[in-house]
Amino acid sequence: MMSNRLRMNWADLLIIIFISGVAIICLVPFLYMIALSLSSNNAIISQKVSLWPVEFTIETYKTILSDIEMIYTLGYTIVLTIIYTIFCMFLTICAAYPLTKKRLKGRNFLLTVMVITMYFSGGLIPSYLLVKNLDLINTVGSLILPGAMSVFNVIILKTFFSSLPESLEESASIDGCNDLGILMRIVLPLSLPCIATLSLFYAVDRWNGFQDALFYITSKNLYPIQLKLYQIISANQQLDTQQGEGSVGAFIVPESLKAASVMFATVPILVVYPKLQKYFVDGVLTGAIKG
Amino acid sequence: MLNHTDKGVIEVKTVLDNNKNNLPMKKKISSFHSIKRDSLLYLLLLLPLAYIIIFKYAPIYGVLMAFQDYNIFEGISGSEWVGLDVFNFIFHQNSFYRALINTLALNFLDLVAGFPAPIILAILLNELRYVRLKKLTQTILYLPHFLSWVIIGGMVYLMFSSGGMANSVLSSLGLGNIEFLSQKTNWLIMYVGVGVWQSVGWGTILYLASIVGINKDLYEASDMDGCSRLRKIWHITLPGIKPTIIMLLILQIGRMISIGFDRPFVMGNSLVSEYSDVISTYVYRIGIGSGDFSQATAVGLFQSIVGLILLVAANFIAKKIGEHGIW
Repeated sequence: MMSNRLRMNWADLLIIIFISGVAIICLVPFLYMIALSLSSNNAIISQKVSLWPVEFTIETYKTILSDIEMIYTLGYTIVLTIIYTIFCMFLTICAAYPLTKKRLKGRNFLLTVMVITMYFSGGLIPSYLLVKNLDLINTVGSLILPGAMSVFNVIILKTFFSSLPESLEESASIDGCNDLGILMRIVLPLSLPCIATLSLFYAVDRWNGFQDALFYITSKNLYPIQLKLYQIISANQQLDTQQGEGSVGAFIVPESLKAASVMFATVPILVVYPKLQKYFVDGVLTGAIKG
Repeated sequence: MLNHTDKGVIEVKTVLDNNKNNLPMKKKISSFHSIKRDSLLYLLLLLPLAYIIIFKYAPIYGVLMAFQDYNIFEGISGSEWVGLDVFNFIFHQNSFYRALINTLALNFLDLVAGFPAPIILAILLNELRYVRLKKLTQTILYLPHFLSWVIIGGMVYLMFSSGGMANSVLSSLGLGNIEFLSQKTNWLIMYVGVGVWQSVGWGTILYLASIVGINKDLYEASDMDGCSRLRKIWHITLPGIKPTIIMLLILQIGRMISIGFDRPFVMGNSLVSEYSDVISTYVYRIGIGSGDFSQATAVGLFQSIVGLILLVAANFIAKKIGEHGIW
């Protein structure tokens, strides 16, 4: 048996080569971004850069890190993501816990009311007009409230709560604990892995969120990082259309700065991702079993 | 002593009997009392429900403006009702059909290229017998899923524009410049390819999990019979994950007409708009861009309804051919 496991045949080799190849294709864009951001502009324009920096310089990163606006956007987006995640988790827990109680009157009705919204929505424009009518345009609220609770996550959390042994809650209620006490002292501490997973889903959604910011935010100091990045990357495309009118003074964003900005927005993900990967995978599987 | 115990037992029994008798009584307690008893739970539900009503159901009510000549100052209550005129109008717009056909075409290409890819990758990952290499590659393969489309779009434009790495490698090989992003067919290939790049690794998770769930005895029995690896994949692994494949296929077919906003918006450009303009970007342009709220809402409603029909139909067909649906 052992020898069988360790013997490598041509099929194993082919599989290793193929999968490594796919993994390398996944990494190439990152290597290229790093190489671009660390190369001089001359080297980039003369197309000398591929996966290794040419005429190594950290000038671009100095520019970004000394740019108050960039640092502000980073800090603002981190704070926004944290507030959003806490608020979302609060709502999700508040919705999921009561719905696990079979004795609750109207439970099925309330569940149906929520699930319907997973399959049918008003669409982009009614949502936009709602945000407009609530006077949320150009406020942080427009980036937090409209997407504040995912019914899908509520159902995942509800399933998790229901899987906890009932006897724990019963004994606590015999000891005189009310529902809120049971939730705070017993259910939540036991559900930390699931809560961590869902929080991560919310946090990634907010960090990567672009569409709502594009729709609702026009004032620059409320731009989250993705919108800011989009502006930097598409700067020259806008410039191309302006050139015909002979506009002067529009600033050209060099490719190395674009690449460094891409890295700037990617690094926070790269830092947290490997440690948290397990939670994400768990989350997908729990969600799938339910769905 | 014995008597005493017996008495105790009897007492307990009576209490139980009393409880039994009380049960119907309990059911009869008025809904007022049950609401009072669970008032804390209802209090918890208050905010989530308010959220659902305001941010989910109010937009559904807002759909009514698809049947109105919507005036932003009058609101839905004050705007004039026009029946199906708005639909009549958009169904005569060439730009609507372009967005509709592009949406279906891009989703169809995604299905053809992007659906089998994670299945193949998951089977190969499962066949990979070196645990550490497997773990490492999985970590790398899942990564693109966590990047925003703005980041991915930025990378694509930096890599594949005329001065990017792809073209400098090609020209050093003497193959000349290729317009990856400004020539329409090339753009289509890029759009689909980048989609596969982003989603293939993450897509393997469910398949890998369902491969793990396959009964190990089957593989052992086939080893006894001297089955080759390929035969084991074909006769055990694939049938084992068939329910998962069908379920995900249903979901994807059900989403044939819905399309995200970020990916086509960020990857598209004015030179390829004939292919890159899809329903989501079209709704954005005519709605928020030009302020034709009624038309944009009507397009969105059309999309929602067709999407719902597709999902129900796909689910129905799956059940007809003897598979588990999603309901």
